Amino acid sequence: MYIIVVGGGRVGYYLTRALLDEGHEVLVVEKEESTCEGINEELGSICFRGDGCEAATLAEIGTERADMLIAVTGHDEDNLVACQVGKHKFNVPRTIARIRNPQNETLFKKLGIDVTISSTNVILEHIETELPTHPLTHLLAIEEGGQEIVEIKIPPEATTIGKSQRELSLPRGSKLALVIREGGKNSVPTLNTTLRAGDRIIAVTTHDSEEELRSTLRGV
Amino acid sequence: MKVVIMGCSRVGAWLARLLDAEGHQVTVLDNDSWSFRRLSFPGLLADFQGTALVGNGTDQEALKRAGIEKADVFFALTQGDNRNVMATQIAKHIFNVPRVICRIYDPLRQELYCTLGVEAISPTAVFAQMLKKKLES
Repeated sequence: MYIIVVGGGRVGYYLTRALLDEGHEVLVVEKEESTCEGINEELGSICFRGDGCEAATLAEIGTERADMLIAVTGHDEDNLVACQVGKHKFNVPRTIARIRNPQNETLFKKLGIDVTISSTNVILEHIETELPTHPLTHLLAIEEGGQEIVEIKIPPEATTIGKSQRELSLPRGSKLALVIREGGKNSVPTLNTTLRAGDRIIAVTTHDSEEELRSTLRGV
Repeated sequence: MKVVIMGCSRVGAWLARLLDAEGHQVTVLDNDSWSFRRLSFPGLLADFQGTALVGNGTDQEALKRAGIEKADVFFALTQGDNRNVMATQIAKHIFNVPRVICRIYDPLRQELYCTLGVEAISPTAVFAQMLKKKLES
């Protein structure tokens, strides 16, 4: 595949390396001369010096035959414009944008950017999993229907301990997928499964009902 | 009319003062409070009586504080084309502002965004055209 990477910073550099390893044809567009030279020295002549948001630059590097354009500069507005120019001027079939402000996710989606990666959210989620006291951890977001897979820990003080799934009324659209007991034993919960202290529950829910699911399962 | 102007540049400040003098309700947003000095430069225009707010116009929270939800018009007039384009699209698609107008220096980008439904003006193209006319007259 011919892939254009806009932005030769750290993300752009490592992404390009990975894409080259997979055998793709990659071209990096970067404004800074020194960054450009660095990439060309290390990865071969694959960095084009220019502004990846400019239609003229994108025309020069053959964007019309690109299969994908990935914008990973540190600025949301630049990533948006690079993807929009690629998509609307050069009909690039797939555009991917890195975003830093999670609020921009909706906007980018509305404007037709195919995939957005919120680096802030990714970092937050990873830190969440490392916080032992955090009651709810986001494991995976499922694009379709705004669903997500979460992990909820049942602490010793939970008022739901000893209750079965039948007795708890879970919010609509939430399903328990797996219970991991202390010691690592896991099972698929049934309506008769009762909660125990230390259980870790993997559940499918939606962004809007995750709070309700958390309080239903922990009783606090 | 309720007007929100992003970017207290020379043009932004001038426009704010013009509209303010005509009795419109104007809020100017800029991420540097130093820019607001342009709102009271003595000389040709009356001092600005509207609201000046420090904030980043590509941030939805800052736009809400500036009253974007009730605005009739939004102008994006910072020095950055991409920032203007993004703020304009936030105003249009997230906050449904009835009229959004944006400055894009780069004529190529301006043309593209016009086809995408953004009311964009390129001062580069407009001014070059004016100079050419001047020469011909």
